[in-house]
Amino acid sequence: MKAHFHWFLDFLHHVHGITEMFGRSLALSFIKPFYLRETVEQMYHIGFKSLSIVLMTSTFTGLVLAMQFGHEMSVFGAKMYTSSVLVVSLVRELGPVIISLVVAGRVGAGITAELGSMAVTEQIDAMRALGTNPYKKLAATRFLALSITLPLLVAIGDLCGMLGGWLVSVTSLGISSDYYWSNAAHYLFFSDIFAGLLKPFIFAMTIASISCYLGFSVTGGTKGVGEATTRSVVVSSILIFILDFLITKVTLGAI
Amino acid sequence: MEQDNYIFFQDIYKSFSDKPVLQGLNLAIERGETLVILGRSGCGKSVTLKILLGLLYPDSGRVFLDGEEITGMSEKKLVEVRKKIGMLFQGSALFDSLTVGENVAFALAEHSDKTAAEIDEIVSNNLKFVEMEGTANLMPSELSGGMKKRVALARAMAYQPDILLYDEPTTGLDPITATTINALIRKTQREYGVTSIVVTHELDSGFSVADRAAVMENGRILEIGTIDAIKKSTHEFVRTFLAGPK
Ligand SMILES: Nc1ncnc2c1ncn2[C@@H]1O[C@H](COP(=O)(O)OP(=O)(O)O)[C@@H](O)[C@H]1O
Ligand SMILES: [Mg+2]
Repeated sequence: MKAHFHWFLDFLHHVHGITEMFGRSLALSFIKPFYLRETVEQMYHIGFKSLSIVLMTSTFTGLVLAMQFGHEMSVFGAKMYTSSVLVVSLVRELGPVIISLVVAGRVGAGITAELGSMAVTEQIDAMRALGTNPYKKLAATRFLALSITLPLLVAIGDLCGMLGGWLVSVTSLGISSDYYWSNAAHYLFFSDIFAGLLKPFIFAMTIASISCYLGFSVTGGTKGVGEATTRSVVVSSILIFILDFLITKVTLGAI
Repeated sequence: MEQDNYIFFQDIYKSFSDKPVLQGLNLAIERGETLVILGRSGCGKSVTLKILLGLLYPDSGRVFLDGEEITGMSEKKLVEVRKKIGMLFQGSALFDSLTVGENVAFALAEHSDKTAAEIDEIVSNNLKFVEMEGTANLMPSELSGGMKKRVALARAMAYQPDILLYDEPTTGLDPITATTINALIRKTQREYGVTSIVVTHELDSGFSVADRAAVMENGRILEIGTIDAIKKSTHEFVRTFLAGPK
């Protein structure tokens, strides 16, 4: 009983910490100084350097989806609708989730490890001692950079996925290129694109808040950094799935 | 609330998740002196310094600096207080993604409206003071432990603070390097007239820079006074501590 209670208190403590980090990062993003250089640098690290892995994962997702859908739907004689199903599920669901998971693994882990090692070597204390707000200079800049770049990465990934699907459709499903694109365009609505970009925006804020919070609160030396980094990826991934469910529930039908 | 001492810790308590660290700490420091706090590892020396900087908040008790109470101050006002204080962290805590020069320039680049040329000049003067000229373009990872301490001191002095806090400045250094760091601490107090608090568990180093010394244990000051007075203390823990390992 007592052990469970402790676990519950710990849980609440972390929820509070993550929420507080979210609030701080959001508020500080609109307060001077803006640290434009740091934000752009972070966008480069987070966005540009994730490009290759995003291109890889989304292209292969498109390839596999087209093969699977093509195969299953030809059983029902609906092979021609492969591209519409593929594009909508890619844009609304798989693109945002898969790319956000990849970014949580690459970028979220990196943020926690970097901030965590700064915390255990007292660099964050030193920054405060020198009169600079580390929540502003370190957390808010990463928060902003991730919120801007993740939706962009997802948009790029969606396009790659569609191209992957197109490649399989024309080469092995016998669907013409024109038909693939016109069918896709016919069934892809603005609301799908909106929902598909809202998700990564929310996931980005989640990944940033979790990874910054866990990084800032590392104690216990290098071992603590490793543990926090693992936890950062696990917690972000779980929350991406939970939030995805909730956002889908709210947006499906509504928008 | 009148407070004559320059720095005054009044009945400070601080615990970390039920683990008591400071337990009724009282400590007064005079303007311009160098006070050395001696104590075992883990007795709460670093926590004491961080409370003075406002990096940690005591659970109870009050801290005064130059007649002003800093406990309960807003973060905004604390930033102004911190500009009067320079701290040399135990592991130097240089920003490892910045060069030596950028480290020393950090506070000025962040908060002053000085031009790049003015900042460069202050940086090279400060590096010269700590005998590290010509290292501005190196990365912290290229420096030895003693060199890092010097750069950290140059960084702490960028704003010309009135108070310098040294957290274990010689711990982990070889005896010769430790001696040069102690000489640097004395040179700083001589040339700038700063008030200094040096925290260490190394007796010889501590005594070599101190005007007064205090012995700390279990989150309290057991004895404070001149080095002679400390050496003549009748307090049992102080005697054991000064006797050193058998
Ligand atoms: N931020 C913190 N969170 C939890 N415990 C801490 C923290 N800072 C210090 N402590 C604990 O407080 C005690 C005193 O620490 P410290 O002041 O660093 O000792 P020292 O006298 O060696 O400098 C240690 O047991 C340490 O583990
Ligand atoms: Mg210490």
